[in-house]
Amino acid sequence: MLTSTRRRLLRERLFVGLCASAVVIPLLVLALLVGHVALAGLGRIDWAFLSGYPSRRAATAGILPAMVGSLYMIAITAALALPVGVGAAIFLEEYGARSRLAAIIEVNIANLAGVPSIIYGMLGLGVFVRLMGFGRTLIAGAATMALLVLPVVIVSSREALRTVPYAMREACFGLGATKWQAIRQVVLPMAAPGILTGTILAVARAIGETAPLVVIGALAYVTFLPTSPTSQFTALPMQILNWVSRPQEAFVVNAAAGIVVLLITMLVLNLAAILLRNRLQKRVY
Amino acid sequence: MSDATVRSTKTRRGAGLGERAIELFLGACGVLSLFTTAGIIAVLAFETWAFFREVPLSAFFFDTEWTPLFADKHFGIWPLLAGTFLTSAIAIVLALPAGLLAAIYLSEFASARMRRVLKPALELLAGVPTLVYGYFALVLVTPLLQRVIPDLSGFNALSSGICIGIMIIPMISSLSEDAIYAVPNTLREGAYALGAGRLATIFRVVLPAAASGIAAALILAVSRAVGETMIVAIAAGQQPRLTLDPRVPIETMTAYIVQVSMGDTPADTLEYRTIFAVAAMLFVVTFAMNLVSHRLARRFRVAST
Repeated sequence: MLTSTRRRLLRERLFVGLCASAVVIPLLVLALLVGHVALAGLGRIDWAFLSGYPSRRAATAGILPAMVGSLYMIAITAALALPVGVGAAIFLEEYGARSRLAAIIEVNIANLAGVPSIIYGMLGLGVFVRLMGFGRTLIAGAATMALLVLPVVIVSSREALRTVPYAMREACFGLGATKWQAIRQVVLPMAAPGILTGTILAVARAIGETAPLVVIGALAYVTFLPTSPTSQFTALPMQILNWVSRPQEAFVVNAAAGIVVLLITMLVLNLAAILLRNRLQKRVY
Repeated sequence: MSDATVRSTKTRRGAGLGERAIELFLGACGVLSLFTTAGIIAVLAFETWAFFREVPLSAFFFDTEWTPLFADKHFGIWPLLAGTFLTSAIAIVLALPAGLLAAIYLSEFASARMRRVLKPALELLAGVPTLVYGYFALVLVTPLLQRVIPDLSGFNALSSGICIGIMIIPMISSLSEDAIYAVPNTLREGAYALGAGRLATIFRVVLPAAASGIAAALILAVSRAVGETMIVAIAAGQQPRLTLDPRVPIETMTAYIVQVSMGDTPADTLEYRTIFAVAAMLFVVTFAMNLVSHRLARRFRVAST
């Protein structure tokens, strides 16, 4: 009797340990991944690497055009996705609540969020690059990325709008405000920190997306900086992909260094999102 | 009627019009998402239609070779499907037990504070760009595995599958954890009252109650694994072959699209249209899985409230 209870307790403890290791081991793998890349790449990063142009020789190659291209692209992506995403979120939360159209859009957004990013690349290739004649330019890449991040922006904006208590709207209506006045002057400012945080997080993810850029045909070897939205361009992930596909060890080191820069950029954007949220939240309440 | 009242009705009507215009604009923003779906379907259908005017359906579905870029052209989709199936299956075999156990830990065993820290930490795994996992698979995982499996090729399905698996663990764990956490405590208490131990409670009561939510998480994870591109494009090879051997180079549907996109295939040729036919196949498969997952998740939400 006693031994069977003890055996059961032992089994339980083993199972808890197994479950805990399913959390700890993936986290260790993450640490290994980041540590391995940092070890391989950190030594390669210097001012010449950050301010240099691509080269046939690994030792003199740099990532300036890729860096500038990526930053330029996500800036345009954010400028396109933010107004449309927030507009759609306001429509679904504040106007469409129970309409049939809103229900269809909602299901559609949930499905779009699960479409592989490479399919968005095909859409961008068919519509922006070819049909609309943008060619393989920054604007085509940014527009494709904007469509890709739109579901995330809409979902996080809706969550932000939902945190604004309904009483706030009622107070506005009580003072004679129209629906839009209430949204514009009270609801949006209160939801802004959440909306901005969600958008920055979505865009930060877009900076690491590679597949859509490959499909729309962003270049891999670019020796000039993009000057306008209609310039041809390269981006950080394209440059890294180009380096990682080469057999020479020196280029793989470059790829590791590029990955370190990419991860740091994403980290900075994520931190910016958190800081921004904390600041704005203090100001509103 | 005095002047003032006239003016006020006028401005009010003007405001009403403005309100209406704004509502229309916001509605248009929402409808744009419908256009995105329509655009995807239109682009894929248009080019796929052009493809199937030159290649019969039977050549696509019943041939067992995929060699559209060679002189002797074959258009059988099966080698690409097999490649996709293989990498996704390896990923799921790894990620399903790991993700589920992690979810059980977070929901049933971890303290509230641990849960608040560990859940987002685990989700970081899904935030790493897949390009980085591709590098990881090629530069680290494959050489490590080659020490254990000497005849493992430099490009193979195994290391890509493992890396996809690591990437989707948080998808399975987070969504399953939501489902497990939502199981009412009264069910657990009822099981304990009947004399069930913790393990019996988890396996006989909690997990079955959360089953549809877990299934939704699983299907979503499979869909993500099937659509994963950069890992397989970098580390799995570019050799479409009808095999389930994880040690040799293969090619997935996504990796084929990348291969053609990075090459110099001229537009409006048959070779170029193959990527749209493959993408259409990929879209249909993932879209169907997303729909099923959505249905299951909704059922679980209804059941738990």
